[in-house]
Amino acid sequence: MRNDLPTRRAALSLGGGFALSVAGAGAALSAVAGERKFVLVILRGALDGLAAVPAYGDPRYAALRGRLALAPPGSAGGVLFLDRTFGLHPKLSFLHEEWKNGALAILHAAASPYRERSHFDGQDVLESGAAAVFALNDGWLNRALLLAPPAKGVALSGSLPLVLRGPGPASNYAPTFVRAANEDTLIRLMDLYADDPVLGPALASAIETEDVASGGMAARERPDRGYGRGNGQWPVLAGAAAKLLAAPGGPAAAVLSFDGWDSHANQGGADGYVAVRLAGLDASLKSLKEGLGATWGKTLVIVATEFGRTVAPNGTLGTDHGTGGAAFVLGGAARGGRMIGDWPGLGSLYQNRDLQPANDLRALFMTSLEEHWGIARADLRNKVFPGAGASPFSGLVKI
Amino acid sequence: MQGNTLGAAIAVNRFGMGARPGDLARIGADPRGWLKDQIGRRDAFALEDDTLPTRAEASESLRKFIKGVAATKPPQDMGAEAIPGFKSFTEALRAEIVARTRRALTTSDGFAERLVRFWSNHFTVAATKGGPIPFAGLYEREVIRAGMTGSFADLHLAVMRHPGMLIYLDQAVSVGPNSPAGKRLKRGLNENLAREALELHTVGPQGGYTQADVTEFARALTGWTIVSDRLRRFLPDAGLGDFVFAAQLHEPGPRTVMGKRYPEAGEEQAHAILADLARHPATANRIAVKLARHFIADTPPLSAVARLEKAFRDSDGDLPTLHQSLVDLPEAFEPEQRKFKTPDEFILSALRLAGLETVEPQGVFGAYVLLGQQPFSAPSPKGWADVADEWATPDAVMKRLQWSQEFARRLPLRTSPEQIAAAALGPFMSSRTSEAVRRAESGAQGLVLALMSPEFQRR
Repeated sequence: MRNDLPTRRAALSLGGGFALSVAGAGAALSAVAGERKFVLVILRGALDGLAAVPAYGDPRYAALRGRLALAPPGSAGGVLFLDRTFGLHPKLSFLHEEWKNGALAILHAAASPYRERSHFDGQDVLESGAAAVFALNDGWLNRALLLAPPAKGVALSGSLPLVLRGPGPASNYAPTFVRAANEDTLIRLMDLYADDPVLGPALASAIETEDVASGGMAARERPDRGYGRGNGQWPVLAGAAAKLLAAPGGPAAAVLSFDGWDSHANQGGADGYVAVRLAGLDASLKSLKEGLGATWGKTLVIVATEFGRTVAPNGTLGTDHGTGGAAFVLGGAARGGRMIGDWPGLGSLYQNRDLQPANDLRALFMTSLEEHWGIARADLRNKVFPGAGASPFSGLVKI
Repeated sequence: MQGNTLGAAIAVNRFGMGARPGDLARIGADPRGWLKDQIGRRDAFALEDDTLPTRAEASESLRKFIKGVAATKPPQDMGAEAIPGFKSFTEALRAEIVARTRRALTTSDGFAERLVRFWSNHFTVAATKGGPIPFAGLYEREVIRAGMTGSFADLHLAVMRHPGMLIYLDQAVSVGPNSPAGKRLKRGLNENLAREALELHTVGPQGGYTQADVTEFARALTGWTIVSDRLRRFLPDAGLGDFVFAAQLHEPGPRTVMGKRYPEAGEEQAHAILADLARHPATANRIAVKLARHFIADTPPLSAVARLEKAFRDSDGDLPTLHQSLVDLPEAFEPEQRKFKTPDEFILSALRLAGLETVEPQGVFGAYVLLGQQPFSAPSPKGWADVADEWATPDAVMKRLQWSQEFARRLPLRTSPEQIAAAALGPFMSSRTSEAVRRAESGAQGLVLALMSPEFQRR
């Protein structure tokens, strides 16, 4: 298809990029933004990376994780086999299939440049693409859209998340359905109402009534049937995103935000609080693939979170805010079936508590955009992720 | 310093519409002065908006609607929407709700706005049935807002003469059975307004009146009506919907109400009764109790009631004097938050906390409906409830949470929710709440927790 080259080159240079100078030029040449879809899934609240991707083979894993440790592959409730060090949480069965299909790569011990432990600030850095908190008022994906016309972005949420805010063409869409109260918020609110003689009993009674009305038990108590209160809509949102992306002339990028990962207490193991959310995430990604149909082959999905969690359980069998976390690179366009980046191991922890931030999420995003959309590396460095260093990753995307 | 901020937080939250960003600093060290400045200023209460319907337009809209009802054939199950003219009717009401909401969000005279809502609720006209729909917003603007710097007696008189009230409580169709028209048309009394004027507007059930008093007052009120198409033939200068005393409808003769005899005096007969009702000690007590209940506590302290009652009596019901004495109550600035916000107060204070000045009508209507307090739609002439027992129900709390979640989801946050909450609540914010907000897993969740916190749910 040599005849196509000049046209594609012209299309790319419209983006202000120098597409042919990039590494992995093969991918860049076929990258006509708008056809190649990019999906960012933000897990807000900080996913426990070692719950999603247990390093069961690491010599210190079982001792450090204690009662949160999952069994090795093959045993009851054991992890799904990836390699001799890593497994997937048993609820991530779709992702496991995609791993075997070569469509899932995992970056462990990943972190944005942010090193504190505030969710708001961490999400700000994750989404702005800056090196520090509140350094930029718009988001990296929005700035990337400007460099890859005619790409448009859409967020499947009631408001536009920071990552899509900015001068580039972005919109949001929230399918309407009555949203149940978020379970995690309910728990926090009950705590806040502990001494309130009016609001405490009123809220407790409302929860009880709702549980009865919804069939005897709340979704949170039957993890096999729900993804936690209020999370049943995730696959619906993912399906809606797929429809939008696959439609003729549809957006090139979609952003999904899934809340509820802040597992400070009783987070569970093979089942329980985090497990139901992982099941919801897994079902959502499956719904995305099914909805995209043939478009899946040209789709790159990145799942990321603002930071990781402590390696060891805290006093309430949960994990507190940490540093290194896990990210997924998924889709028909992903070169998967492998772990990417460095594994620092559990022998030396960041500040004696967290997984080391061995791999830079900004580098992952940068290489993905470079290879998937053919945005020039210089533009990515100057305009999208100002101040970011060199990316050690390459070959994330299939031609 | 702390004391000053607390005063400002009390003034703007307990007595105002809630704090917009920067309000606490603006009110500063003299919260009582901020409140008192609003009491006598007509512009603090007035809501001028050229786009809202005038009385003539509202009347015309009602006339068309009534014609539409007459022209609409069964089946009845098509609903009100099928009636010609219904749409313009409801659009006018929506415009009033939007204007009222915008005013609540933008005003820096929040106490004045709260007083309007208090008195509007005391003298309820609800758009819950056809006739009052085009007049409910107009009534609040023309009567309640305009009457806030005068006396209780004058306000009540204006209430009793407005088409909104005359239609809502059926006075417009009440006819003296022995009046010329009554004898000819074989029609009679409607006691609705007379009863509510006694029971709800003035002396109240404890006032010692009997059914005979209600009937006598209703007889005195006959002839108080509005200019209809038919009446306009006799009164070419009158505007459609204007108040008119129609002597042909008036029941002739002297009346006795609560032990006092009122000689026949046409329109003036009911005036005289109203003047006495406004001056009745039971009225002073009732207003004092309601004001103290609204601003201080569900079960108001007797000392506060006594002070307000005295201010009412000593000033002959002068509203600015009464409102001034409310601000001067020792209980007014006690730090304990004893009032649970009504849905209206909660929604508007949440929008103000976020600094919003405009809202999508659809969104704000949805909020009012979901939380159960659509403006101008009180369930009965008694108005909306004013105690926590009525509002802090399990379902209501869950719905406030769901709404807060939706609201937070849609609000692009660029400041931390902790800062936003602190700017609204000031020293009211407990360490427990600020910690919960700070530890939330997302900005949106932090905002939800701030909105749902015990101190933001109260004032």
